[in-house]
Amino acid sequence: MGDSVFIPTAASAAPATTVAPRHSAFVRVTHWITTLCFLALLVSGIEVVISHPRFYWGETGNVLTQPLFQIPIPSSRALVPTGYKYVLPDQNGWSRALHFQAAWVLVLTGLLYVISVFFTDHFRKDLLPRKADLSWRVLSREIVDHLRFKRPSAAEAWSYNVLQRLSYLFVIFVLSPLVIWSGLAMSLAFVSAFPASVTLLGGQQSARTIHFFVTLALVLFLLVHIVMVWLAGFRSRMRAMITGCATTDEEPT
Amino acid sequence: MSDLSRRKLITTGLVAAAGVTGLGVAARLAQKYGLVPPDHGGIYGLGETLTYASQRLLTRHSLAREFSRSQISKRPVPNEMPPFNEAFKRLQAGRFADWRLSVDGMVARPGTFSLAQLKSYPSRNQITQLACEEGWSYIAEWTGVPLSHVLELVGVQPQARYVVYFSIDPDWWESIDMADALHPQTFLAYGLNGDELPVSNGGPLRLRLPRQLGYKSVKFITHMTVTDSLKGFGKGLGSAAPEAGYAWYAGI
Repeated sequence: MGDSVFIPTAASAAPATTVAPRHSAFVRVTHWITTLCFLALLVSGIEVVISHPRFYWGETGNVLTQPLFQIPIPSSRALVPTGYKYVLPDQNGWSRALHFQAAWVLVLTGLLYVISVFFTDHFRKDLLPRKADLSWRVLSREIVDHLRFKRPSAAEAWSYNVLQRLSYLFVIFVLSPLVIWSGLAMSLAFVSAFPASVTLLGGQQSARTIHFFVTLALVLFLLVHIVMVWLAGFRSRMRAMITGCATTDEEPT
Repeated sequence: MSDLSRRKLITTGLVAAAGVTGLGVAARLAQKYGLVPPDHGGIYGLGETLTYASQRLLTRHSLAREFSRSQISKRPVPNEMPPFNEAFKRLQAGRFADWRLSVDGMVARPGTFSLAQLKSYPSRNQITQLACEEGWSYIAEWTGVPLSHVLELVGVQPQARYVVYFSIDPDWWESIDMADALHPQTFLAYGLNGDELPVSNGGPLRLRLPRQLGYKSVKFITHMTVTDSLKGFGKGLGSAAPEAGYAWYAGI
């Protein structure tokens, strides 16, 4: 799929607008499968947390032990002391089923994506930071530009800037493996075969707490990602990720 | 149509045909090796099947983690109120002397066991974690007789594939495959932390299945059936859990 290059023959016909391939079909399809799965995981994960909105550190934790912290929301179980006088309806059945199904689809999609790194130039071309960009001067300039909400240059419609590359790499190779690992470390059967997977994280309840915080980091990434897409030009960036064609018909800054 | 796109079309067609054939073969093999859970239908069937099949392949013989005495939770959580139905109350008044576990189905010698009988068999201890699907957990020391010992006594027939077990609470019944039923840590538990198993934790008799979530460890066990098919039980989904929207296989 990485070789399905769209040749922009019409690019020169319209002088104000350039239409050219931006994202390969493989990147676009995996992007939107990931989006759907992540939203399903987020909604179902929130539902499951509602049944016990207390977090602990170590191997065990329950209503009879001291939590590390508690989210101040009502619960779907009467046994949890939340301070609220009512109990929310139990949604754990479908939530758990959706959570694991979406996790399977996302993990398999992610595996394909990571394998594709070896067969396409997507990783080298789009994700690996350029050597020259990894200097403090460039990085600090990028950070300052981002903090000032400066609109990206027209050239950035065609490639990622260094902060973007670093955050994508961080999400793909640090946060995603960590969220999968901490999720599996909560599985009684999985850890029976791989006990180190949970002891390395400090115990089953620690794994649950880590799963929660890594999710927060992923949600933070999602929010920043959406804001950046918005600032860069929502319509053109969405068009690029849906149809594959980028346009540079934005107002220059 | 250019040559390039025609070649692509043929390749895509071949890949798709190979994929569909591969899936068909995989489904047949999965069915043959008992990797398809009874609740594999419906929109979440794919996820349930992938989870059950992969965990069954990875964990057929693996042992649940065991802990040291110092890691035992100070108080085992008494999660649910016991079912104070008349039958239970009567047995409780008699200090469970008349509690019976009947085992039938695909066995050579169907039988009924009193608590005293079960306690006379070689007992085992395990310090394992009980984890609830809600997210909380505790560690306790459970005492009981391995289910495999009782299954050996009644003589399970070779074509048996599942053990279905019932609580005195008629709404609570579950089933497990033979890999779990014969697993050395699957207990008929009657003791907790050195004492009798209290009613609040499932006493006098609870199935203990430490590699699956708490709801599979059914409390107040009175009856078991060995079978080769789960179709005739309830709605045929394997247990009460899928009928309430929960997974039959609860290893995760």
